[in-house]
Amino acid sequence: MNENSLVKSVCMDASEIERSITRIAHQILEANKGAQGIALVGIVTRGDLLAKKLACKIEEIEGVKVPLGKLDISFYRDDFMTHFAPEVHSTDIAFDIDGVTVVLVDDVLYTGRTIRAALDALMDIGRPAAVQLAVLVDRGHRELPIRADYVGKNVPSSADESVRLFLEEVDGVSAVEILAIEPGSRASSAPLGGE
Amino acid sequence: MGFNHKHLIDITEYSANDIMTILETAVRFREVNERRIKQVPTLKGFTVVNMFNEPSTRTRSSFEMAEKRLSANSLNFGGSSTSTVKGESLVDTVETLCSYKVDMIVVRDKHAGVPRKIADVSGVHVIDAGDGKHQHPTQALLDLYSIWQTKGDLDKLHVGVVGDIGHSRVCGSLIPALKIMGCEVTVVAPPTLLPARPDVLGADHWTSSLDEVLPELDVVYMLRIQRERLEGAPYPSLREYNMLYGLTEAREPLMKPDAIVCHPGPINRGVELDSYMADHPKRSVILDQVYAGILTRMAALYLLLGGSEDGIAA
Amino acid sequence: MALLLRNAHVVDPQVGLNEVTDILIRDGRIVEVGHDLDMPKGVERDLAGKTVIPGLVDMHVHLREPGYEQKGDIASETRAAAKGGYTAVCSMPNTKPVVDDAVAVEYVKARAAAVGKCRVHVAGACSQGLKGETLSEMGDMIAHGAVAFTDDGRGVQGAGMMRRVMDYASQFGRAVMSHCQDEDLVGEGQVNEGVASTRLGLLGWPAEGEELQIARDIALCRLTGCPLHIQHISTARGLDLVRAAKAEGLPVTCEATPHHLFLTEDAIGDDYNTSLKVNPPLRTAADAAALVEGVVDGTVDAIVTDHAPHTDFEKDREFELAPFGMIGLETALGLMVTHLVKPGKITWERLVELMSVAPRAILRVDPVRIEPGCVADLTVIDPDVTWTVDVADFASKAKNSGFVGAELTGRATDVYVGGYATLEDGAIVE
Repeated sequence: MNENSLVKSVCMDASEIERSITRIAHQILEANKGAQGIALVGIVTRGDLLAKKLACKIEEIEGVKVPLGKLDISFYRDDFMTHFAPEVHSTDIAFDIDGVTVVLVDDVLYTGRTIRAALDALMDIGRPAAVQLAVLVDRGHRELPIRADYVGKNVPSSADESVRLFLEEVDGVSAVEILAIEPGSRASSAPLGGE
Repeated sequence: MGFNHKHLIDITEYSANDIMTILETAVRFREVNERRIKQVPTLKGFTVVNMFNEPSTRTRSSFEMAEKRLSANSLNFGGSSTSTVKGESLVDTVETLCSYKVDMIVVRDKHAGVPRKIADVSGVHVIDAGDGKHQHPTQALLDLYSIWQTKGDLDKLHVGVVGDIGHSRVCGSLIPALKIMGCEVTVVAPPTLLPARPDVLGADHWTSSLDEVLPELDVVYMLRIQRERLEGAPYPSLREYNMLYGLTEAREPLMKPDAIVCHPGPINRGVELDSYMADHPKRSVILDQVYAGILTRMAALYLLLGGSEDGIAA
Repeated sequence: MALLLRNAHVVDPQVGLNEVTDILIRDGRIVEVGHDLDMPKGVERDLAGKTVIPGLVDMHVHLREPGYEQKGDIASETRAAAKGGYTAVCSMPNTKPVVDDAVAVEYVKARAAAVGKCRVHVAGACSQGLKGETLSEMGDMIAHGAVAFTDDGRGVQGAGMMRRVMDYASQFGRAVMSHCQDEDLVGEGQVNEGVASTRLGLLGWPAEGEELQIARDIALCRLTGCPLHIQHISTARGLDLVRAAKAEGLPVTCEATPHHLFLTEDAIGDDYNTSLKVNPPLRTAADAAALVEGVVDGTVDAIVTDHAPHTDFEKDREFELAPFGMIGLETALGLMVTHLVKPGKITWERLVELMSVAPRAILRVDPVRIEPGCVADLTVIDPDVTWTVDVADFASKAKNSGFVGAELTGRATDVYVGGYATLEDGAIVE
């Protein structure tokens, strides 16, 4: 997918991703005692697609449509000066988040900086009752005191690797891959909104 | 999508893609401006100087608002306190400002070419907030944004720019910008208010008859008449100007049903526009333009300062 | 003291010289011109490969002294003249105080005699204080050595006043030199009206603002019979007016500057280079081409520089606030050789007419011919040397040249004024 990257291994295939989403959906419902009062907010540009899948799954299980939104964190990044990409995606949260339990959804949890930015962005939009975090992959290497409430899979990785989620809707195939990145390259950063 | 500009001084240095990037980014900032907390931390720690060497309330407050909503530190510099009033040269003033380690200078000056001079002297990012009779690029961007949002597209629109073309910095940026975006531009003015060569700005046609061209126009852009200087004025009276070039209720039947009216403000009611047209609920986008000013200026600040550690954006 | 210039290529159309020969100079005058000359005692210089011509004269120079010594003074700007190959200049009267009476004429002459590096001919003002209201004491100024009259920098605005000026001056047989600029039409014009004014958002200085007064002054020349010299002509139509006047037999001459010949309004970019802010402004490419044509066909009589030194801080500011003018003494010869002589548009003889012969004739000062008995005001040129215009090289106090960075061919190496070297091997003789 990236000329600077070499696929080292596929750590989740399509069916594993599907199973993880199903499990996380159940966990969210269990932890919150149903779908009442919760909303899903995905971080663009992969988290929002995952959030959509989770919302479908919750509807399947519980028969309830939970409010679904997407959040762009471009304006909240702490690496604005070094990792700037002019593309700003849309934030679209068409419901009031005040008093709601917001489940933030992202693909890969890494340093925690994206989540920090997302929390700030969320707080500027309203005052949720609680914020929970769901991620498909936790690859470790946290730089901030942040942890996920729901994790699809823990994938140990090294700093010179990139962990990427590919989804059928946009990439033609669903998988989580570990890619090698060349020293100095920024292959793991910004474009997909993951870390 | 690349955006490789350090300054916003000359709109003709921007491509259609660059301009669309700014307009699309402005849409994102509209989301921010419609929240309860209308501020993002993006430019925290950046210092932007608003160097207004000529009185301006609207443009200055619009920039200041945009900067604050991006969390930049803004410093207002100029007005009667300007050190140039005390005889300091522009170059010395700019070098003094640079000693404060600022990141950007937004400049309004009554002399053409000053923003480029400041960029050369300072080395920091510069936005031209209007220089003499030369350019006013953020005004052009907010105009494009308003037209784009209202009409859905800019390509092939026929825009009539009516009024004091020759002494207007707005035109110096707006007409080239409209051409970059694929519009057809007709300038409408008495010969005394035309520049020597409207074609150099990019105007496709010139006419002195508003009535003749009005039925063709998708956008009627009315310029402000400088009523301050009537001695040696290029028209005999405001009354006659209004008679020949004013967009009035009486002229409305000549307009296309979906034609819109723009004006950079502040309006001289009863001169270039009557109240009926200025406040027309379907046609007038004048207040949208003011709002667009905040959004497009936020977008320009964001895009110009982005990646500024490397000097250029990634 | 004797001086023998050997093996130089000597060009002087006044005496039909265009050959390699020797020139013998004694006590400031040429005593012999010929081959294999001998000299019992004195200085001998081998000028093989060099061109020697009658000394250059720039009949339009702002020396700035008295009053504006920050910009330049008689010492510094006559050094610039020597460096540029000139043996004489004509100083403009717009100093402070204005050179509008005999005292001021005497002052400039005295300073030039004391500290100057070339001859200085003094032009007096037509009107007192350049105000265009009251005639200046032209007779007294002539008695004290003034050579011509001009209200350069402003021009005489009223047609009635200009008629009075020319009527009165006609009794002295001196030229009235006219700076043509109709202030009412030009207003605050900054650059040529048209493409440049529109592109740069600056007020336009229309060609017609110059042409109207050229036409007016030609009419007044016909009316008064006073010799008329049009200064720094810059437009094609203005030149046509002069061409027609000459055809009619009127005593009309004109001058052009290298910047109007070799630069156009297109050179003023979005950096608003104030060195290119000149009056009259840089015109269109068509105007410049017409001026070159006029230089070739003889309509343009003289090349002048309108050398206008300004301080760095006056020029390093807003275009609209910067003063008009550029310096030119040190680049004019190189520009003429590079752009006109080398490409074969004009001959060396024509260059000598433009830069040495005509200026003296228009100023009504003694001609300099390369023949025995004539004063030894000579310019020695290396016609093939290539060089780059560099501000660090300027002898002028000012640096406001529009030609900085230009690659030129041809440069003065030696200048003799009355037989004495003011420039030797490119260095000013102290």
